[in-house]
Amino acid sequence: MRSHPDLPLAARVVGRVQETRDIFSLRLALLDATERAGYRSVPGQYNMLYLFGVGEVPISIVSDPDDGGPLEHTIRAVGRVTHGLERLRVGDTLGLRGPYGRGWPLDAARGSDVIVVTGGLGCAPVISMVRHMLRHRETFGFITLLQGVKHAEDLIWRRQYQTWAALPDVQVLLASDQGGMQWPHAMGNVTTLLDQARIPADGIAMLCGPERMMKAVIPLLTDRGMDPFRIWLSIERNMQCGIGHCGHCQVGPHFICQDGPVFRYPDIADWIDREGF
Amino acid sequence: MKPRISVHKFSSCDGCQLAFINAGEALLELATLVDIVHFAEAGPVDPDAPVDIAFVEGSISTQDEALRIRRLRETTRYLISLGACATAGGLQALRNFNARGVEDWSHAVYARPEFIESLDTATAIARHVKVDLELWGCPVSTRQVFAAIRRLLYGALPFVDNEKVCQECKRRGITCTLVTRGIPCLGPVTRTGCGALCPAFGRDCYGCFGPGENPNAAAMARRFQGLGLLPEEINRRFHFINSHAPDFLEEGLAWREDRP
Amino acid sequence: MPRDGTGPAPVIPNPIQIKYYGNSSAPACYAPDMDSETRFLPRTDADQLLERLRVSGFPRILGPVARDGSLVFSPIHQWSQLPAGIRDMQTPGTYRLHRHADPLCFAWANGPQALKPLTFAGRELLWRAERHHETAAPVFEHAEDTPEPTAVLGIRACDLAALALQEKHFTHGRFPDPFFGRRRRSLFLIAVHCSHPASTCFCASTGDGPTVTRGHDLVLAELDEGYLISAGSRGGRRLLKDMALPPATAAQVQWAERASARATAAQMRHLPGRHLKQPIHDRLEARHWSRVGERCLSCGNCTAVCPTCFCHMELDEPALSGHRTEHLRQWSSCFNAEHSYMGHFLVRSDTRLRYRQWLTHKLAGWHEQYGRSGCVGCGRCITWCPVGIDITAEVAALLAEEIHAQPS
Repeated sequence: MRSHPDLPLAARVVGRVQETRDIFSLRLALLDATERAGYRSVPGQYNMLYLFGVGEVPISIVSDPDDGGPLEHTIRAVGRVTHGLERLRVGDTLGLRGPYGRGWPLDAARGSDVIVVTGGLGCAPVISMVRHMLRHRETFGFITLLQGVKHAEDLIWRRQYQTWAALPDVQVLLASDQGGMQWPHAMGNVTTLLDQARIPADGIAMLCGPERMMKAVIPLLTDRGMDPFRIWLSIERNMQCGIGHCGHCQVGPHFICQDGPVFRYPDIADWIDREGF
Repeated sequence: MKPRISVHKFSSCDGCQLAFINAGEALLELATLVDIVHFAEAGPVDPDAPVDIAFVEGSISTQDEALRIRRLRETTRYLISLGACATAGGLQALRNFNARGVEDWSHAVYARPEFIESLDTATAIARHVKVDLELWGCPVSTRQVFAAIRRLLYGALPFVDNEKVCQECKRRGITCTLVTRGIPCLGPVTRTGCGALCPAFGRDCYGCFGPGENPNAAAMARRFQGLGLLPEEINRRFHFINSHAPDFLEEGLAWREDRP
Repeated sequence: MPRDGTGPAPVIPNPIQIKYYGNSSAPACYAPDMDSETRFLPRTDADQLLERLRVSGFPRILGPVARDGSLVFSPIHQWSQLPAGIRDMQTPGTYRLHRHADPLCFAWANGPQALKPLTFAGRELLWRAERHHETAAPVFEHAEDTPEPTAVLGIRACDLAALALQEKHFTHGRFPDPFFGRRRRSLFLIAVHCSHPASTCFCASTGDGPTVTRGHDLVLAELDEGYLISAGSRGGRRLLKDMALPPATAAQVQWAERASARATAAQMRHLPGRHLKQPIHDRLEARHWSRVGERCLSCGNCTAVCPTCFCHMELDEPALSGHRTEHLRQWSSCFNAEHSYMGHFLVRSDTRLRYRQWLTHKLAGWHEQYGRSGCVGCGRCITWCPVGIDITAEVAALLAEEIHAQPS
């Protein structure tokens, strides 16, 4: 481990996609060849991205760690730093440190059916996992993907979902609170999809998105026989240092930045969707 | 092309513009990064030129100013109010408490009041046009102003420092004047940014940076009462430089004996 | 603890059971560790200790000095700079110093800060970055400070307990903090048993004082005629040996033990237990949080003076040119909006939620994260709260409320 875990490394933007009006993806390559070769992450982990002179922000890695290429991050321009990151173009540089935190439970998921439920724009932390499962298709069982959005135009990776839906042993169900002319999928909340979804009673669930949504989905999964200990959630908080020192992301007994962002449901059940925590 | 900036004066003492002028060499460096197209106090005059960033000092206290600020907004991409006058009306907003308006005080102050053209109130810039960033302080500091410019040049939004003065006192190891001497320091409800200047010299904060985020002015006032301040004195703590910042305005009014 | 058999029987529990390795369940009433190694340093020779520290490699010695109406740790060169005859009077929201006509230099409880600013700086540089033009790759360089070896004289048992907690936070995890670590290693700690707790003190109820039992290099007990001095570390033992002081007499030791017992008995405040996690978690929806929220200024003074609070924010200070920038950290607070800022909303927008965050983390979350409560009973949050909010009273009022059902 490096002696200064909080020191960023220089990285360059090698690809950029404007996903929606305020969502964009950056593909980043560490400049140092040794660091680039030694970089290892687990799906569900995040990097701290540093905009020169402005500050750092935690961003999920959406590329599959085994892809070997640039590190891809999908970002919504909502705050001070992310608005600045939005202006970066291919060729620009920034700082990157990571990966940090606990990712999705790969060991538990291997050999199992997996259901992924995401809501809103919070689906980024699971995309890496989905890509990883599809790369190692034989290692995982049936894959159910449920995604809900508020507006049809919020659905990013539409083409990717279409590709995934066409694969064998994969079910993709999409819902939007407000559809529109071009919306062929379900209307309403993501919970409305659970009736049609293939729910693997002895499988693994991975949830991410608004905590209220996750809290609503969990009983629907356990009612269909899923073990709460096999339901995993990715949680978001203000993470500034990423290494468990600054205190911003403390929730109950956890620092989300290190103990999470992925938690086994019973470990975080008391704290999700609770005003003020 | 370099970004264009301008510095405009409304009703004010010019003290906030000194944040630029007193910057010394840094002002020269700034001139290499941006085009300063209007800054009457420093030289360039072109008040109607379109700009990327306009700094506005002073409150709106005349009809002419009320029109001028609207014109300025139309030619400005990012408008920053500079200092207590521009963000909360400033000291001159104390006249807003005079129910009989400009007529009354202008006769009291001036030998020939007929030459005075003034609105009844002095008000913050944001009461007239959209303000993109407020820099509080009486006066603002070079550090605040240049930090905001730098962030905008990076294409990012400036950081808004809105914690309380107390935090800066404690980081600097300054002993609390309120707790050790019982003097009515406004630090616990006042926005940081001054570097805890007054407490560092052993005096109480008088709130020149305006209310901090989530200020509990009512609890602060009750504490002042406990320290022996009379209602009128509590009123004056809040109704001073930032009397028309909403949190201070409301609390000050609550302690006015003649409140409506 | 060997005794010479003369003199009156001890009036406090046998200290052998508790010395040094006491844990959080140790009895509230500690006895000082005044064993055969306890030496006597006459008051008239006290400067000898400072001289010995200097020749032992600690050119910088910090001690309590009365300044600006409180006791602050400042560089000292001679014993006479210490606050002889000074007493502190602390009540919620008030701190006053008084002068008595006696030579005692440590007859006070504490000041606003002790060790925290020495190991975890109020504001410090973490790293710098530089780039020659806008698209050039930034070069990052870590700040390297070399703290001067420093002896700190006059710290309390509560301060040492807090230091142990901060060490656990900053240096025992997966990512040891190099800044904290270097500063901590540069310190030589000379504690003094607390003989004059303030009305705001409650360390006896948290098990952290008033008597020093661990974490020190040397510890003093102050008598009229001088100091009993004993070691708590190898470095302390070496230094003590070099000073070649006479052993303390049994009467002196006993006097010091009684002073400690009195200091325990004198404490007027307490927390109702050392493990309050469950009762507090049972009351997350209590009405009392709103009542505190009405009084609390959300100013963050409590977190700044708390010797265990570690929350900090990171920020950049770029040079105007745009080519260089410094990345700093500074003390921050869960009472600030910044603390729960999520880009598009605040997790804790009002004071009720911020106070609850602070108290529940301090008294509940810490048990799971650090194996004990985050409160060491120093009482600083009570004294230095501008409106005198008293953690012991708030906890008592909270726990007096019936348990509420959790929201569904």
